Formats: sequence, structure tokens, C-alpha cells
Amino acid sequence: MTKPIIEVTGVSKKYRLGQIGMTSLRDDLQRLGRRLRGVHDTAATTRDFWALRDIDFQVAPGEVIGVIGRNGAGKSTLLKVLSRITEPTTGEIVLRGRLASLLEVGTGFHPELSGRDNVFLNGAILGMRKAEIARKFDEIVAFAEIGQFIDTPVKRYSSGMYVKLAFAIAAHLEPEILIVDEVLAVGDAAFQRKCINKMQEISSQHGRTILFVSHAIATIRRLCQRCLYLEKGRSAGIMPTEQAVERYSLTGVSSDLDLDVSNRQRDWGTDGAEARILRVTARSAPRFKKDLEVDFLVQASRPLEKLMLGFTFNTIEGQRILTLDSDSDGETFSLAEGRTLIRLRLPALPLHPSRFHVSAAIGSGKHFHDIIESFALWEVETSTEDFESDRSFGGCRLCPELQLLPVSQTTPA
Amino acid sequence: MNSVQPPTDLEIRIRPNTSWFHIDFQGLKNYRDLLWLLVQRDFTAKYKQTILGPLWFLISPLLNSLAFTLVLGKIMGVLTDGLPPLIFFLSGQLGWTYFSTVLGATSNSLAGNTHLFAKVYFPRIIPPFAVSLSSLLALVIQLLTFLAFYAVHQFTHAPETRLAAPTWLWALFPLVVFHMAVLALGVGLVLSALSAKYRDVQQVQGFIVNLWMYFTPVIFPLSSLTSKYPNVAWIADLNPMTAIVEMTRRLFLGVGTVSLPSYLVSVAITVVLFAIGLFSYQKSARTFVDTV
Repeated sequence: MTKPIIEVTGVSKKYRLGQIGMTSLRDDLQRLGRRLRGVHDTAATTRDFWALRDIDFQVAPGEVIGVIGRNGAGKSTLLKVLSRITEPTTGEIVLRGRLASLLEVGTGFHPELSGRDNVFLNGAILGMRKAEIARKFDEIVAFAEIGQFIDTPVKRYSSGMYVKLAFAIAAHLEPEILIVDEVLAVGDAAFQRKCINKMQEISSQHGRTILFVSHAIATIRRLCQRCLYLEKGRSAGIMPTEQAVERYSLTGVSSDLDLDVSNRQRDWGTDGAEARILRVTARSAPRFKKDLEVDFLVQASRPLEKLMLGFTFNTIEGQRILTLDSDSDGETFSLAEGRTLIRLRLPALPLHPSRFHVSAAIGSGKHFHDIIESFALWEVETSTEDFESDRSFGGCRLCPELQLLPVSQTTPA
Repeated sequence: MNSVQPPTDLEIRIRPNTSWFHIDFQGLKNYRDLLWLLVQRDFTAKYKQTILGPLWFLISPLLNSLAFTLVLGKIMGVLTDGLPPLIFFLSGQLGWTYFSTVLGATSNSLAGNTHLFAKVYFPRIIPPFAVSLSSLLALVIQLLTFLAFYAVHQFTHAPETRLAAPTWLWALFPLVVFHMAVLALGVGLVLSALSAKYRDVQQVQGFIVNLWMYFTPVIFPLSSLTSKYPNVAWIADLNPMTAIVEMTRRLFLGVGTVSLPSYLVSVAITVVLFAIGLFSYQKSARTFVDTV
């Protein structure tokens, strides 16, 4: 039995909330003065915030472990502690090998330097020796698809070229442990696929250990057999990917069909918005091939015109599968000041039975007044009308019309 | 593609509150290429877009010395230890400019590298070392300028008004430079650690360097101070830069008030300041990214 390559024992990380950041000398002198006069220090309004709490896990050499959790669950903090960017407040981490972390691509790129110089500099920042970079230089340039631009200063690169070169360097690192944070969300689709293949190659052929943090569940499923699921700085340890994904998609999201969303945190600043969605109610549980009826209670602060209401279904992997926009046929509606109840109706819901994250938005043209993203996880149930969903090809099913046309039996096709 | 065999004995332990006196020598060794690449980057990036490039290293001390010669030498009649004013001021700057450059650059080591430190680990001490090394180019150009003026003076003057002839003492200058570098790094690292906590420090840094120059015999000879106030002359020894600047003149020109004991005091202060700088820098670098 080989020793684990990463061993994390009781790691916690505390941040001070309130007065974060640099203090000025004056503040500290004032505080000192108060203390000397024996006055109770009222300026200490700092609250402690535990970004990580008693994290324990072990990773065997060659494993690809996904790290998932909602925003603020402590993923970034864990990566920072593991990659020695900051130190833990308690606990201990043992790493049995060189570790390189890609929390961002292109760290330390200097705009004035050529692509060539930056490959060497960035490689060295990521922990490579000069000889090692020289040996892989041609491979890196080929992977980045940068060609003759390698001697151009990177400030003249397009953002796509910049990111490709940066990822190419990172992909050719040869540490025993590689930490990757969502850097795959770069470049075009073809390049993303190339990156994922490269990561698979790194782990399967070279036996390297990878910790991969992402919101892209589909990628996590493809790359990782096991996952670490984080929730509010705590973790139940590493578990099979399916189990972790299950937890991830269920937490923090209600499956209520009647939801008050008025106080929900909007990811997107809608303070002072002229229209807001207050409550969403499904009139009955959504069923495959049954009519879907959803009520939206909205509030307008003044009369509004040319509005549209959007309601969407995303798969658990985050893929949008159905968009219901009220202005799809070009028709808009108006709202009077105050509250209005809007009923959305779709005959014969085409979604296969499964669970979906639902989102809603209200807006006019390209301007959105309010967006509530993934406010609930709704289950689409099967129904008595359902004769085909057990065929289960794809996420939705519509019945097309067929026409049988007469053709001449003698003319060639 | 060849894959690297993991060194089986490698074991990195990450714990809170690593001792103050812990220096990661292994890490420094692993990242020594980064040091050289950063030095190289400083050279190329800094002068890529300027027309005169490294010539600026020649122009700025030269113009300074000319200004000092005009204002201090001609107008105010500051004593120059019997040396021609231009040679005196050039030699004074030779012992000072590198120090002030390194001090200024290293004092920003933490705050100026936030974007790097927040994203990737490497020994935090590398950037200040790199600037100390890349600033050496300026020093070399400055030294050549000084030597050129020295040579011109020797050839254009009669034997009795010439400067002291070159001696083997010239070869000791690199040691003085090293002394200067360690001192500048020490003070720069202390300021860097302080400015991570108090941003006020960034504001006063330039001011400190300026003031420090007026308390160092850069634009006046130490002899003019010791002859005027012989009883308090020892105070000058508390400034470690005094001995360095005077020693520079002594090595090249044979004039300068510097005794072995006062030079040793300077070395001792330098060692202490460097230790304080190194440890306080290491300490604040460990959790620096949490506070920005």
C-alpha cells in the first residue's frame, strides 16, 4: 500500500471579517492609545469567519479528484492553502511530491515580453526548471497553435491566443500533483476539448494526481471518479462522483413548487429594478406531456411596457434544455404599477422525467429587470400520457408531424 | 513523452505558524532559474520601449553630479576633501545610487507583487533578490562612467594635480557593493513587511531615502563634519551608509574618513538589519494575500 500523495488533517482557515485589509498606522496608534488609557477596545469589531473547518481527506497517487461546492463553500480557500499561497490556521497538510497550481492562466505574463520569453518566465513561476522548459518548448508552441507569433510581444496577442499559450505552458508542467481551477472555461469549444483530453492524458498516462475544481458537472463526471464535496467550509470527505454531484445539486436549492423569491439573493445587481419577481408557484407538479402552469407574482414600481417573461429549465449538469420566452412570437405585455399575477402556460411539457434547475427573468428587449437563477430544483414527473419516456433518448421529446408522399417507383433516388 | 519520476523522499509539510527563522533553502534551490529569468525580464522589459535604454543609468547620475558641482561646488563652496568637485560627487553617488535603487525597489516587494503572490507559490524572497541583481547593471554603467571621468582627468592634468593612482584596493569594491546590497535589502524588506500592514509606509519610503542621503556624506565629505563637531562625530558611525560611501572614496581616490572600527560597526548594523528584514518579510509574506 503506497502512502497517500496528499494528506490533509484537520485543516481550518479563519479570516477576519469587518476590517479586512491593510490598516493604517493611525488606526493602530489610536487603538494602542485606547488600550494604554485602559479603555475597552471598541474598534475590534472584527468577526471571525471560518472559510474551512476541520477538513480531512487523503488522495492516492494518480487519482483525479473533483472539488465541488456552491460559491463560498471554501473551494478557493482550500486550493490556496494546498498550493501554499496562504497558510492554514490549524491543521497539517503533507504533500508527497511537487505541486503546481493553476488558479489562473498566464500568471506573471509580462505584456512587453515576447511569447517565447513569457513561456520561460511563466514556466519558471509555475516551478519548472529552465532546461525542462527548453526541452518542451516546441511541444508547448505546437499545443498553443501560436505558430510564428511566438516572438511577438504578448500585448499584441488576441485574448484567445494569450489564454491558449498560457494553458499550453501549464499543461506541460510535470509536477506530481496538479491543481486546476476552472481554467478550462477558456478558448473556443475545440480548444476546451483539447484541454480536457490533455488532462485525461496527464492523469492516465503519466500517473499524475489532479485536483480539479469546477462548476461544470459534465466535465467533473468525465474526468473524476471521486469528488470532494464542500459545503460552508466543511466536508464529508471524498466520495464517489455521483454521490457528490447528487449532494451538490440538492443543497441550497429548494424543490418547493411554491416559492417566495422576493428576498432571494440576486447574483446580478437588481437594486432599484423597476420590476421584480416576488413569488413563483407551479399550479400542479410538472409532468411530462401534461400542461405546465406557473404563476409569477410580480411587482412594478411604475407602469412598464413591452415586457417579456422568461422561464427556463437547466439540467443538473448546467445545460439549458428548455427556454420559454413569452416574446418568442414577438408579442410583449405591459404592467400597471403595483402587483400583478402572471400565469404562464405551456401545453404538453416536452421534458423527460428528471430533475431540473429552474430560472426566471423579466425584462424588456435586451434589458433585464430581474433574474432569479436556479431558484429551485423541480422534478418533472412521469404521467399517464407517458408511453415513450422510458426510451429516454435526450432530455425532451416532441411529436413531429409525418407526411407520407407518393414517389415514382422507377426513378432513382 | 518522458515522465518525471517522483522523488520518493520529497515531503512538503504545510503547517500554520512556521517558525520565524525558517528559510526554505530547498525551495530557493528549486526556483533558482526563476531568479535569473526575473532578472532577465527586468532588463528587457524596462528598456524595451525607451529610446536610450540602459543609457539612462549613465545620464541620471551624471546630471545629478553636474548639478551638485554647479550648485554645491561652485555656488555654495562645499568642501570636497581636496578633490575636483565633479569627481567627488560622482564617487559619492557611486557609493549611494545602487543602495537607494535597491531600497526603493525591494520596499515594494510584497505590495507590488500581489497579483503574483495571490495566484501561485514560489519562495517569496525571490523578487527582492531579483531586483537587487538586476539593479547591478545600473551600477556597472555608473562605475564605467566614473572610471571614464577618472581617466580623462588623469590624462588632461599635470602629474602634481592628478588623482591617486589605481591600487589593489580597487579590487575590494565588489565587497563594498555586496555590503550595500545586503543593507539595502535588509531595510527594504523591513519596509516591505511594514507596508503590507500599513499602507502609509509606501508614502514615506521615498522620503526616507531622500532624508537618509542628506545624513550620509554623499554630497559633503565626512571630514567637514568631524572637523566641525569632533565630539559628536561618533553619531555618524551609527549610519551604516557613512562608512560605505567614505570607503568607496577611499578605495578609488585614497581620500575619505573611515576607520576599521567604524566600518565594522557598519557591517554589524547591516547584519542585524538584514536579519530583521528577512524574518519580518518572511513572516508577513506567509499570510499577506489574506489582507489584500
